[in-house]
Amino acid sequence: MAALLAIEALAVARGGIAILERVEFSLSAGQALVLRGPNGCGKTTLLRTIAGLQPPLAGRIEAAPDAIAYAAHADGLKATLSVSENLQFWAAVYGQSNRVASALAEMNLEALAQRAAMSLSAGQKRRLGLARLLVTGRPVWVLDEPTISLDAASVALFANALRAHLALGGAALIATHIDIGLAEAVTLDLTPLKARAPQDGGASGGFDEAFA
Amino acid sequence: MSIWEYANPKKFMQTSAWALPWFTGLAAITLVTGLVWGFFFTPEAANFGTTVKIIYIHVPSAMMAINIWVMMLVTSLIWLIRRHHVSALAAKAAAPVGLVMTLIALFTGAIWGQPMWGTWWEWDPRLTSFLILGLFYLGYIALWQAIDNPDTAADLTGVLCLVGSVFALLSRYAVNFWNQGLHQGASLSVDKQENVSDVYWYPLLFCIAGFILLFIVLVLVRTRTEVRSRRLKALEARERLA
Amino acid sequence: MIALLLRDLRLAVRAGGGFGLSLAFFLIVTVLVPFGVGPEGGTLARIAPGILWVGALLACLLSLDRIYALDFEDGSLDLLATAPIPMEAVVSVKALAHWLTTGLPLVLAAPVFGVLLHLPGPAYFWLVISLAVGTPALSVLGAFGAALTVGLKRGGLLLSLLVLPLYVPTLIFGAELIARGSAGGATATPLLMLAGITAATVALVPFAAAAAIRVNLR
Repeated sequence: MAALLAIEALAVARGGIAILERVEFSLSAGQALVLRGPNGCGKTTLLRTIAGLQPPLAGRIEAAPDAIAYAAHADGLKATLSVSENLQFWAAVYGQSNRVASALAEMNLEALAQRAAMSLSAGQKRRLGLARLLVTGRPVWVLDEPTISLDAASVALFANALRAHLALGGAALIATHIDIGLAEAVTLDLTPLKARAPQDGGASGGFDEAFA
Repeated sequence: MSIWEYANPKKFMQTSAWALPWFTGLAAITLVTGLVWGFFFTPEAANFGTTVKIIYIHVPSAMMAINIWVMMLVTSLIWLIRRHHVSALAAKAAAPVGLVMTLIALFTGAIWGQPMWGTWWEWDPRLTSFLILGLFYLGYIALWQAIDNPDTAADLTGVLCLVGSVFALLSRYAVNFWNQGLHQGASLSVDKQENVSDVYWYPLLFCIAGFILLFIVLVLVRTRTEVRSRRLKALEARERLA
Repeated sequence: MIALLLRDLRLAVRAGGGFGLSLAFFLIVTVLVPFGVGPEGGTLARIAPGILWVGALLACLLSLDRIYALDFEDGSLDLLATAPIPMEAVVSVKALAHWLTTGLPLVLAAPVFGVLLHLPGPAYFWLVISLAVGTPALSVLGAFGAALTVGLKRGGLLLSLLVLPLYVPTLIFGAELIARGSAGGATATPLLMLAGITAATVALVPFAAAAAIRVNLR
């Protein structure tokens, strides 16, 4: 089966310095991959690179155009808009306006739909941020710490949504520290993939390399 | 062998280290020759008096003010298209020199304008467009200063230089349209007989060559400094990694 | 794209500052000028076109840094960059939203403020025309400047320094159009130049602004 997302010999840089290299994996429909590693090891940088926000230092990222839905630390919510207005906006951007109601139901936000986003608690905001993924209609979810500020019940809610997404032929790439209770997820530890110095054969191309 | 190999920082440092003394010597000789000849061995013009001799600084600096911006545009384009770091650093190094040239042109112009037109400043198209050019230089330099990441800064200033060039040119025409002005036409043109007579023309040529050489020297020195500071950062980063 | 425009407009209205503040600033500038130059009607009438244009330009400048800053802070800009809208369209829509909340109110209010400055009769028509044709360029150029400074903590002053020189041609032709129009002179050249600058700016500058945003996000 063709992979939804294939990463080959990827090297990524933060602030012009290579931090991860030789990253290789592929995701097919129904698969989830959990990225682990200590703070500052490059999880966020890797996800941003895969989402297309920054260019890779080396290697290839293969994914169908418009396959990736990215969710960052920040939820991108507008405080003065209501919960449903926030969600409707993103649904309209992705051309999926019919999914708003079901997404609200799935993340248990129906009761809050008319509340302004600024009056939500941190966990409720996070749930709204994750509901955004449901209205993108995209197969590959790239999630950066999705469970931050969620309580146990909300984590379970999110895990259910994730399972449903995988069952429908989606895939997910998740950077997280806690166990989200997804038995079928494969874990990739990024610690051994730390970039070596260029003189030791590590990836080159960081912007100051040319000068050293 | 292509010209692009000089964009390699190491090659650039080697070549510029070799070329710098030569350019410095040449710049000194031409500048001193041109200025001494111009200041002390040319007759006083009938209608201008001694003040005419300021052209030996005014005209070359004004030319350089424009040419340096064009050079920055070219180097910015090279950076944006071919990603040669030295090119971006050369643009960064040239900007303050360009700003100073603009200021010299404006100040010498004011000093000359006072006895000629009876005023230090006139909202004449040429003067005004130089003032605007100075503002563009200021913005460009400020943007370099404000951004920490050197690649981001190079990209953004490159884009600003592109857009700025178009608008600087546009301002030139807009200003022309706005006020017809009293500045004389260009002192240099193909048909030089119309403008400046030979007595003034030859020392002026020396001065222009001297200013160009001086600019090359300054840009080389400043670019070498930039390359060194980047090299320092690279070595520090490498140490942190090891 | 329409969703983005509606969202930005809705945010501007709900935050309250959108329409009101720029207009109030424009009014204050207009009121302060007579205090500075004296109440004499003839002088005011002569400088009114310039004052109105400079005032509109400054009022426009005031709200520029908010074009992307809020979206950058709350992460929306990252998400928009990965959304199926090209960044060029995001820039254009945001510039349009800025014009609708700042430029358009200025165009509509300018004749009223013209009364305060004893603007001569025939000039009102040309005032509205020149502002209506010229201010879109101000918004788009501002969106470009804001894109350059989007990641910076203290970008406000730098933004003015970058954007104001770009406003020179628009200001010159805009003010000249009013001056010629009210004096009964030939208006075709400044009007066409003003329209040309706006058209070219609206068509081309969003590409530069989008490139700048992508650089700033990486």
